[in-house]
Amino acid sequence: MTERITRDHVAHVADLARLTLSDAELDAFTGQLADVLDHAADLEALDLTDVLPTAHPLPLVNVFRADEPGPTSDRDEVLAAAPAVEEEQFRVPPVLGEEP
Amino acid sequence: MSARGLAAAVRSGERSARSVVDEHLETIRSGEPEIHAFNLVLADEALAAADEVDRRVAAGEDPGPLAGVPVALKDNLCTRGVPTTCSSRILEGWLPPYDATVVERLAAAGAVVVGKTNLDEFAMGSSTENSAFGVTHNPLDPTRVPGGSSGGSAAAVAAGFAPLALGSDTGGSIRQPAALCGVVGVKPTYGAVSRYGLVAFASSLDQIGPLTRTVSDAAMLLEAIGGHDPRDSTSIPEPAASLTEVLDRGVEGLRIGVIEELSGNGLEGIADDVRSRLGEAASVLDTAGATVETTSVPSTVYGLSAYYVIAPAEASSNLARYDGVRYGLRIDAPNTGDMNTATRTAGFGNEVKRRIMLGTYALSAGYYDAYYGKSQKVRTLIVQDFARAYEEFDLLLCPTAPTTAFPIGEKTADPMTMYLNDVCTIPSNLAGHPAMSVPFGVGDDGMPVGVQILAPAMGEPTMFQAAAVLESAGSRS
Repeated sequence: MTERITRDHVAHVADLARLTLSDAELDAFTGQLADVLDHAADLEALDLTDVLPTAHPLPLVNVFRADEPGPTSDRDEVLAAAPAVEEEQFRVPPVLGEEP
Repeated sequence: MSARGLAAAVRSGERSARSVVDEHLETIRSGEPEIHAFNLVLADEALAAADEVDRRVAAGEDPGPLAGVPVALKDNLCTRGVPTTCSSRILEGWLPPYDATVVERLAAAGAVVVGKTNLDEFAMGSSTENSAFGVTHNPLDPTRVPGGSSGGSAAAVAAGFAPLALGSDTGGSIRQPAALCGVVGVKPTYGAVSRYGLVAFASSLDQIGPLTRTVSDAAMLLEAIGGHDPRDSTSIPEPAASLTEVLDRGVEGLRIGVIEELSGNGLEGIADDVRSRLGEAASVLDTAGATVETTSVPSTVYGLSAYYVIAPAEASSNLARYDGVRYGLRIDAPNTGDMNTATRTAGFGNEVKRRIMLGTYALSAGYYDAYYGKSQKVRTLIVQDFARAYEEFDLLLCPTAPTTAFPIGEKTADPMTMYLNDVCTIPSNLAGHPAMSVPFGVGDDGMPVGVQILAPAMGEPTMFQAAAVLESAGSRS
């Protein structure tokens, strides 16, 4: 049996997933995530020693298509959807440090 | 009137597409305030599209097999220049720069899009209560949920807003709302319908499919949207299967197995009235000439646990793209990392956050093997068990949902209780197999019950044969 998910785990995972949680949310999510993972404990009963994992239902490998030119997305239409644009590029706040 | 009947009337010139669309828009205007099936009704666009169909009919051109038939699209299907929200604040106001392949194919078939339907945010849920834009009400009893996540599409069809709708099904999101609203819902074989332009939830499980009032309409719609698409690398390189022509073939000689593990014997939560209807459906198929026996597909009971690791894991990766940089919501902050976090915190609802965190946890160092790795192996067991079952049987049968439609608010407090709704539908997604829900009678509360028919990959024709038999028996009772 795997150890139960803790409040600290959830805080760490929220950080990895770029989410900010309030204290109350941390408490609620910890219990709810633990419930779902506890349910998955029924898998402990299965002998999976020589079973290979399935990542995908189709046996398709190396899917190629003909390299034919076709219509592509319109740049202006794509940029029009962005929250901020400068000189035909997506504009974001500083990646390192902060805006002066 | 059925889509088939409407298309025939429009194609022959007996009715104009404009009158058909007008009539449905009027039904929407009167019923929508109570039901809230739509995030967006496209009245002007629909009338313009109808006029184009009428022009083609008048000019002697072929207006397509679905000429003038109104269709409702789940709001996670991209429509060029038309808002596509996934019922999430994070995509509010976004205008996709392209159409989904299924949207292009519907237009080519002459169908007329009347609106974008409500869903659980990013298709995560079983009741449409997780929408950022309000709950959809079940047209048969507005105090109850329509199911989910394609609840808006199921409600639109049940309310007569459109005879056809498209949904997406990752763990039951077409079939469960179809059952709860008393309509037909089909999850096709994985890869049978292009996912190009479907906003991704869990890519190895997602499939687009029809919700309709009749089995024949579902066959027509699936024929129109199915078949290979080079823009989806998981698309099966085959043309769409012919389904409308097999509907009258019956089930004589077919071998049908009722899945013991998903039919109430040993599995908690399948209501007695749902089990009774399943038994009656099995008798109907038996009387119609099929051999019906109970059979065991043991690993299906582990599907729920595996799914609620695999689907969130894939979702946590797919939803990493919502970062406030290229489209959708942005909450400003002094640097990009804080902007990403502020945007995602404000833009996602609780269920989406829950699944992203669950998936991130299941994929994180130290827990990967215990959860994700193990679940992928269970997926293999389910595939193997189905393969064994299909050596003996052509089709399998079980309930679609454990109960009839439940009251709004009843299951929102406890996510795990909500997840149990998907116990009978999930195994088909994990295996990539087709399955469909056919309305079959009502429960003790008078609400519809759905019976689920499962088939092996590419087994849609046989599945539709059995569905047609159940439908005609259901309409007689």
